[in-house]
Amino acid sequence: MMKTYDLSELALRNLRESSLRNSLTTIGISVGVASLVAMLSLGIGLQKLATRHLAKSGLFDTVVVTSRREMRGFSRDDERSTASAAESRTLDEPARQEIEHLPEVLEAYPDIRFITELRYQNKPYLTMVSGIPDSARSNDAFAGIPGSFFSSETAPEVILQKSFAMELLGKTPPPGQEDDVPVNDLAKPLLGQELTMRYAQRLTAQSTSDPAQSDSDSSYSVISREQKLKIVGISDLDPDSMRGAAKARVFLPLKLAQDLRVMQPSDVRDSMRGFNKHPSYSTISVRVKNPKQVKAVEQAIKKLGFNTFSILDATRSLRQFFAVLDLFLGIFGSLALAVASIGIVNTLVMAILERRREIGIMKAIGASDGDVRKLFFAEAGAMGLLGGFVGVALGWAIGHIINLGTNIYLKRQALPPENFWAVPWWLVGAAIIFAFVVSLVSGLYPAARAARLDPVQALRYE
Amino acid sequence: MNLNSTQSNSPNGAPAIRIVDLCRHYQMGDTLIRAVDGVSLQIQPGEFVALLGSSGSGKSSLLNLIAGLDRPTSGAVIVDNHDLAQLSREDLAKHRLRTVGMVFQSFNLVSRMTLAENVDLPLRFAEVDRGQRQALTRDALERVGLGARMTHRPSELSGGEQQRAALARALINQPKLLLADEPTGNLDSRTGTEIMNFIREFNETLGMTIVMVTHERALAERYARRLIFLADGKLVDDRPNSIPVATQQGVQ
Repeated sequence: MMKTYDLSELALRNLRESSLRNSLTTIGISVGVASLVAMLSLGIGLQKLATRHLAKSGLFDTVVVTSRREMRGFSRDDERSTASAAESRTLDEPARQEIEHLPEVLEAYPDIRFITELRYQNKPYLTMVSGIPDSARSNDAFAGIPGSFFSSETAPEVILQKSFAMELLGKTPPPGQEDDVPVNDLAKPLLGQELTMRYAQRLTAQSTSDPAQSDSDSSYSVISREQKLKIVGISDLDPDSMRGAAKARVFLPLKLAQDLRVMQPSDVRDSMRGFNKHPSYSTISVRVKNPKQVKAVEQAIKKLGFNTFSILDATRSLRQFFAVLDLFLGIFGSLALAVASIGIVNTLVMAILERRREIGIMKAIGASDGDVRKLFFAEAGAMGLLGGFVGVALGWAIGHIINLGTNIYLKRQALPPENFWAVPWWLVGAAIIFAFVVSLVSGLYPAARAARLDPVQALRYE
Repeated sequence: MNLNSTQSNSPNGAPAIRIVDLCRHYQMGDTLIRAVDGVSLQIQPGEFVALLGSSGSGKSSLLNLIAGLDRPTSGAVIVDNHDLAQLSREDLAKHRLRTVGMVFQSFNLVSRMTLAENVDLPLRFAEVDRGQRQALTRDALERVGLGARMTHRPSELSGGEQQRAALARALINQPKLLLADEPTGNLDSRTGTEIMNFIREFNETLGMTIVMVTHERALAERYARRLIFLADGKLVDDRPNSIPVATQQGVQ
């Protein structure tokens, strides 16, 4: 038996000898690997793109926390049992900070929303207003909108949801056709305009000047106020769609909303129930670092004694979809490799016919069946390995060209560039190994045939 | 199986080759060809034997059986105390690699390789280290006067040079037995003589056992010490041959 090094050296030498045919075969493998890599990279890239967008939408990494007190009337049995274990608690500032310090939690901010009157060109409009944190800046609903995000966390500015903007302009389309109105047409007359928000400011016990009343349960007053707000942006999407009927259509900077101390429904409840050392929040939104951790974070918050709500496992069905897509893309990609493997069989069988005499000579001077078999195996493997490397490079290049071309197209359509192309390292490794294994399997038959060749027959004819 | 150790253990008196009632039949269409048909003979170590006969007499078939390239239909070929008929394919390959060296009428060098690579090939199969191989290959080629042609391909050489390279390759693993199948058949008489002188030198200085197949009786009579005649697969005559002194002088 030949040593491995000698074997591979001899195999490479043989491959170089009929370089045209072997190059063509290797190119065939490369094209197969390239198509496989291109297809799977596309699938993986699209999956990443979709996951990225979902993450940016904030729908799948957000947990909404509410107090159990609020839910007492209709909480389910299992929640009641946990509620008895953990103290039922108020959703106030200390609770918010505690939640924010849980592992995997990115931020926890109070959900400030209230229905109030907004005046635009002296006409009143009643709608839900919500405060949004600065981190929503990168949210799909706010990134790249006409206009801009809030200039600061306390700027007296608003972003309008598209449907409210249409209402302000008196352009209410028939239901279901809202999407047909380009958001840019709405932005032109509205951006920079002023809205006047009328709201009820609450003065809590702590903020009243009378210290004698500071411990009193129910002492706070409400003052009617006005705040001028500048329209800085129009959002095409519906960032608050998770709230269903309670969704807001006007957005303020969260800090500003907090500073304004707008009276909220929970304040009334607090006063009725009689505890208000700290103002309590009706809900807190918790953003999780990774959508996969939503469930764990929810569990942790529940243990603290709160109720939670999230859109769970939307990513799971997404992963399922992409697994199927990848499978199909992989099958199509592999077809080219299957054709290429037939090319290997063909090349090696041809080589056996052509090198019949050579095989006879090698056997006559002492090569064993195993030597001959391994030599042909090594030649098949070398072509596969080389084809794998070239193919990965080729697939990578093809992917980049497609990505580049698509981004040029996106740019022409005035859309932001997207990277829907991903070649992870495991794919590079797997593609090369796959090409190698496919080549070895293709080499099985030719190698066995070469090994079985009868030297007397092979040497008989000149 | 370790052929080397059994080789060294073989008693001095044992024949190098012992053939017992050897048959090699094969089917060609409807007819049964009896290429070798009941041959028995013994060849002692160091002998120089010529197998003579017309084409189709079975002399090449007999040589292939001794070489372990082919398997007998019946009978035994015992080389160095091993019955080749009983060896596995693997051990038969080892026999070809270490016990016998072969040269052919058509040289049978691998045309895609240089002379050095051709001569190196049996060393590769024998798993000799690279560093050692280079020196052995150079020595072998220098021995047959081709030290300057190491990187040439067979097609760039004359027939005589090719056959010399084939001789170098046959000797590279230091076999005890050299089997030559019409070694001068494709050569003119001058280069043929040159090749035969090398073979005789190996026989005389290295003590190799030589079995040469030829149909040229004159050639056999000039070099071989024993002539075996075959006809229709059967041994018809086996007699010693005294080499004329003139031939020995003539080659100097």
